[in-house]
Amino acid sequence: MMEIEITINGRKRRFDVEPNKLLLNLVRDDLHLTGTKYGCGIGECGACTVHLDGEAVLSCMVLAVDADGRTVDTIEGVADVNNLDPVQEAYIEEGAIQCGFCTPGFVMTTKALLAENPDPSEAEIREYLKGNYCRCTGYVNIVRAVQSAARKLGS
Amino acid sequence: MTINKVNTHIVPIEFEYHAPGSLDEAVGLLERYGEEAQILAGGTDLIPQMKQRKAEPKHVVNIKRIPGLACIEETPDGFRIGALAKLRAVELSPQIKEKIPLLSEAAQSIGSVQIRNLGTIGGNICNASPSADMATPLLVLDATVHIYGRDGAKTCSIAEFFQGGGDINLGRGEFVTGFTVPFPPVGAGSAFEKVGWTTFDIATVNVAAVVTLKGGKIDHCSIALGACSPAPVRGVLAEAALIGKEPSAEALEEAVEFIAACVEPRERWRRAPPEYRRRSSKALAMDALSRAIERARRFP
Ligand SMILES: Cc1cc2nc3c(=O)[nH]c(=O)nc-3n(C[C@H](O)[C@H](O)[C@H](O)COP(=O)(O)OP(=O)(O)OC[C@H]3O[C@@H](n4cnc5c(N)ncnc54)[C@H](O)[C@@H]3O)c2cc1C
Ligand code: FES
Ligand code: FES
Repeated sequence: MMEIEITINGRKRRFDVEPNKLLLNLVRDDLHLTGTKYGCGIGECGACTVHLDGEAVLSCMVLAVDADGRTVDTIEGVADVNNLDPVQEAYIEEGAIQCGFCTPGFVMTTKALLAENPDPSEAEIREYLKGNYCRCTGYVNIVRAVQSAARKLGS
Repeated sequence: MTINKVNTHIVPIEFEYHAPGSLDEAVGLLERYGEEAQILAGGTDLIPQMKQRKAEPKHVVNIKRIPGLACIEETPDGFRIGALAKLRAVELSPQIKEKIPLLSEAAQSIGSVQIRNLGTIGGNICNASPSADMATPLLVLDATVHIYGRDGAKTCSIAEFFQGGGDINLGRGEFVTGFTVPFPPVGAGSAFEKVGWTTFDIATVNVAAVVTLKGGKIDHCSIALGACSPAPVRGVLAEAALIGKEPSAEALEEAVEFIAACVEPRERWRRAPPEYRRRSSKALAMDALSRAIERARRFP
């Protein structure tokens, strides 16, 4: 066991973890923050996307011990139920959610995109979201949702 | 395809974790544990290998706590890029984009944003995969590898670093601290080309080329091919065939005929049979050379 300290969604927390524990499983199993999803476990689907020190990364590829002393933000930290983030609102309004399994990952990647580039072109959106798979929506509405979120945040 | 043949939800093997704070501390650990130790950088190659039990280290040495290994610095002759520089940082660096666009182009072709936010240039090279996308640009630019070990720092050319068959030129206790990448010659045009199964897959073939023109003739030409041989290689015969020639369609056709003689694809490699790799390496070499020449022509 190793003792680590991570700032999760703004709160500093201490954990005792085995070195082989993945950040994904710390977040889901120990913290019960189950918005972050396990899809493929091999870096291809993006369902496990969280922000590590503000950057979008895959929590299925990061050891929890490697996050020691760092900041992790998950979908649960984005907003509360009564007060959604503009990106979440845009996904709902544009019909960019069907089963919703991919949505937390898409929202986290979209937030990273808009923080870097507040007015992305369609090509830039598609390139940035390349690592997030959605088996339901066909991506058209997701691209629209990102464009709409960019407008909401810009205005 | 073999996806999720194993449980990729967890890392099934147990190991001791170390996070050294200095180069010497890292060397000490690597020497003490030898074959049982494995370096962890971004983990985007190592963690999936551990999930599939293709790598079963007893000691994982995370080198990310060693300060100074993630630098990207411009020097009078080129760039010094630390082993821990993220692929995303290489891709986005405005200085690299301006002075060695080949590097940012190749970095940008790797995986997804999330992968590039984790993956490092050192990990890409030290994973010793023949298809590593940063390998061909470093080869055509004659980069130098900086290595640290018990006897301190030393260097080795990138061509000597790749030994083929998944081997790299590192002794017990040694690891890579960074790379020196010289600027391409003045007026050079460069290009990176890659084919894979999908746009964010490992390359089935990748090619990097750098060309300069002088008095309408090819003055400098370097081309490297990835995923076509046990290690990434320079297409020396094709280079020799082009230097001193006018960059005509015929000269290019003639030169890429030599590509097949420079590559040695293996039968057992997944993703594509040898003949596919031979033919597409020739086609991609043609594309890369043509694009590099076109870009070199734009130089006044
Ligand atoms: C979904 C997905 C897509 C990908 N797409 C691509 C792609 O398009 N092109 C491509 O080239 N790669 C691709 N990769 C592979 C990988 O992301 C890159 O090779 C990446 O650069 C590896 O760097 P890392 O820091 O994550 O390496 P790690 O996994 O940390 O390390 C890789 C290996 O190198 C060793 N190592 C790391 N750093 C050092 C060092 N400084 N000195 C000595 N040894 C060291 C480690 O022990 C390990 O054996 C992909 C991976 C995934 C999961
Ligand atoms: S679960 Fe991490 S990328 Fe699919
Ligand atoms: S909404 Fe079902 S996977 Fe995207």
